[in-house]
Amino acid sequence: MDFSFTEEQTLLRNSVQALLNDKYDFDTRRKIVKSADGMSKPMWAQFAELGLLAAPFSEEQGGLGGGAIETMILMEEFGRHLVVEPFVETVVIAGGFLREGATKAQQDAHIPGIVDGSAIWAFAYAEPQGRYNLADLVTTAKKDGAGYTINGYKAVVLGAPWAQKLIVTARTSGGQRDRDGISVFIVDKNAAGVSTRDYPTVDGRRASEITFENVKVGADALIGAEGKGLALVEKITDQAIAALSAEAVGCMGELNKATVEYCKTRKQFGVPIGKFQVLQHRMVDMFMAYEQSVSMTYMVNLKLEEAEAERVKAAAGAKVQIGKAGRYVGQQAVQLHGGMGMTDELNVGHYFKRLTMIDTQFGNVDHQLKRYSTAA
Amino acid sequence: MDMSFSPEEMAFRDEVRSFIADNYPQDLANRRTRGEMTKEEILTWHRILYKKGWVVPHWPVEYGGTGWSITQRFIWNEENARAETQALLPFGLSMVGPVIFNYGNEEQKKRFLPGILSADDWWCQGYSEPGAGSDLASLKTRAVLDGDHYVVNGHKIWTTLAQYADWMFCLVRTDPAAKAQEGISFLLIDMKTPGITVRPIITMDGAHEVNEVFLEDVRVPVENRIGEENKGWTYAKFLLGNERSGIAGVARSKKAIERLKSIATAELMDGQPLIKTDEFARKVAELEIDLSALEVTELRTLAAESKGKGPGPEASILKIKGTEIQQRITELAVEAVGNYGSVEVPTGEMAGNDFVAGPAYSNGAAQNYFNMRKTSIYGGSNEIQHNIIAKMVLGL
Repeated sequence: MDFSFTEEQTLLRNSVQALLNDKYDFDTRRKIVKSADGMSKPMWAQFAELGLLAAPFSEEQGGLGGGAIETMILMEEFGRHLVVEPFVETVVIAGGFLREGATKAQQDAHIPGIVDGSAIWAFAYAEPQGRYNLADLVTTAKKDGAGYTINGYKAVVLGAPWAQKLIVTARTSGGQRDRDGISVFIVDKNAAGVSTRDYPTVDGRRASEITFENVKVGADALIGAEGKGLALVEKITDQAIAALSAEAVGCMGELNKATVEYCKTRKQFGVPIGKFQVLQHRMVDMFMAYEQSVSMTYMVNLKLEEAEAERVKAAAGAKVQIGKAGRYVGQQAVQLHGGMGMTDELNVGHYFKRLTMIDTQFGNVDHQLKRYSTAA
Repeated sequence: MDMSFSPEEMAFRDEVRSFIADNYPQDLANRRTRGEMTKEEILTWHRILYKKGWVVPHWPVEYGGTGWSITQRFIWNEENARAETQALLPFGLSMVGPVIFNYGNEEQKKRFLPGILSADDWWCQGYSEPGAGSDLASLKTRAVLDGDHYVVNGHKIWTTLAQYADWMFCLVRTDPAAKAQEGISFLLIDMKTPGITVRPIITMDGAHEVNEVFLEDVRVPVENRIGEENKGWTYAKFLLGNERSGIAGVARSKKAIERLKSIATAELMDGQPLIKTDEFARKVAELEIDLSALEVTELRTLAAESKGKGPGPEASILKIKGTEIQQRITELAVEAVGNYGSVEVPTGEMAGNDFVAGPAYSNGAAQNYFNMRKTSIYGGSNEIQHNIIAKMVLGL
């Protein structure tokens, strides 16, 4: 039993911390969010230069040979700084599909672009009618010669305005919610028939609604076996959940630190408000929510390679913990900061907004409770 | 004990219901947030009610009240909520107005009440300061007598809609040597007076609702002081009591729950309406039960009030439970809309210009949730309300 980090892992954390402390303070982040682009291309290039985008890929793929723990470390630091750049979408999700489901030829074609920072990816999976059910798909991919023709609509595709490449789930056979018949494709965002409408999200990111109208892709666009894609989709989204859990831990850690600090200095009735027992207990509850979230985040990141049922319970459990704790810590951090907590100027509200959105990504508390309770 | 309406009250309900249906402007009917409205639009319903003579049912008849019973006023509020009319701004009608007719002199009543009724004067509240929030009595804005004027210097914050205000009712310290509550006076300040600067505060939902107000050598005529010098805390507390009693928002919450249910009926989970799933149905049921309890609690408070027992410390129950329910409704709306909860609706200059993804009912759900976090902070934070009940009701 050992919960300590290796020397390499500590170095990785130190280097990303140094970069973000130096170049990603809250004011810089605000400018990035308000810029026309909505993300920082120079920052992304620096991520590439530091090897962050290479972390989870094997050495023969040009990566650093890291695993879930390395991703967890990066995501926690990204959470602390509210990084908006699409690391999860590109490295964790698209990288995950390429690592775990793609052919050698597909890996050779696409991983170098991720590692060197030249390609950004987005994951087009959700549909308006499907809520959080990954199998509830009406987007279709019909066999067309050697390739496929894709038709359909994808909702709230995070990071898509920045992306050149999309991972798209579509139905190659079966009924709307069948587990069988789902396939995963690589689609160029500028392919004929792909149209996007871009917009900002409440947590400072960008997303797109994407319509696919007779979009032709080749046979080499299919990841994994035709019609058997759902298991892979679930595995990769669990990896994304593990990464988001770490990000949420970073957000909560910062909120708790800021709240305790504020309550020590803010004076009302002649004393720091942190002297009031009711607020002390509130902050203790926030602290416990954070510690329990750290535990679940370690747990899910250590169990991503377990058998499916075990992995699903770990991921769903972590997502429930993160969802509940994120809501509590976020709401109470705002409350204890009083009016200041409501402002756009202070970072507190921004962490709260991000935590709120992390709960909805890949299924909220209710969805994950159900998933946990039905995992065989 | 009887909770049902009499035939006369039912007839009254029909009368006000049809008045609202006939007179509420259709072009306002689709807009629910002030962020989307101009100053004049915000005042539209107020002006219509003023013309009808129904703008202050809660005032005594001699000052423009309708003479309705407590029950009739309750019905009136219910019907407005039911029709989702624009909520009237409380600053003149519910806050400073009653202070003026209770504690002001004849001259002040004549001068200020007509502008409050007609909405020709827009009022804002100069209470909180950066160092005086929950501990309001520690306020530092200073007013020094200079001939027949006070010279006011200080810094007010969280001043709602001050960007439109003609007047501010303002707590100032006139005796710095006295104990905190005893050296405060209540001044009415013309916002056009030189030395006043209003600076916007943008909240996390992107809205410009609150402001900072800086006062630098602002000269306020002594005749604009309400009541006695150094007795302002008495009037301030009276006003805060009124603020709490209006804050339960039961009728509006009922409507908001209806809206939540319609969202959850449209949203599907595995092809089935979300409202049909056990977990969501249960949450909505709990919320409705909490609201029912609050409704009866409010009616009990109103009934006591109609027997001359003004809103006492138990009004804090209405504030705490009312805001918890309002917040919970917005929280469940975010849950209900699912993935589309993350879409940002442009605010300020960008409002109305951009594409907003998702079904109309999902638009702004998250921003509304973020915005409503303010309700447990303002009007005396919910922690302070707990203190009030502990001290004044339980005697702890």
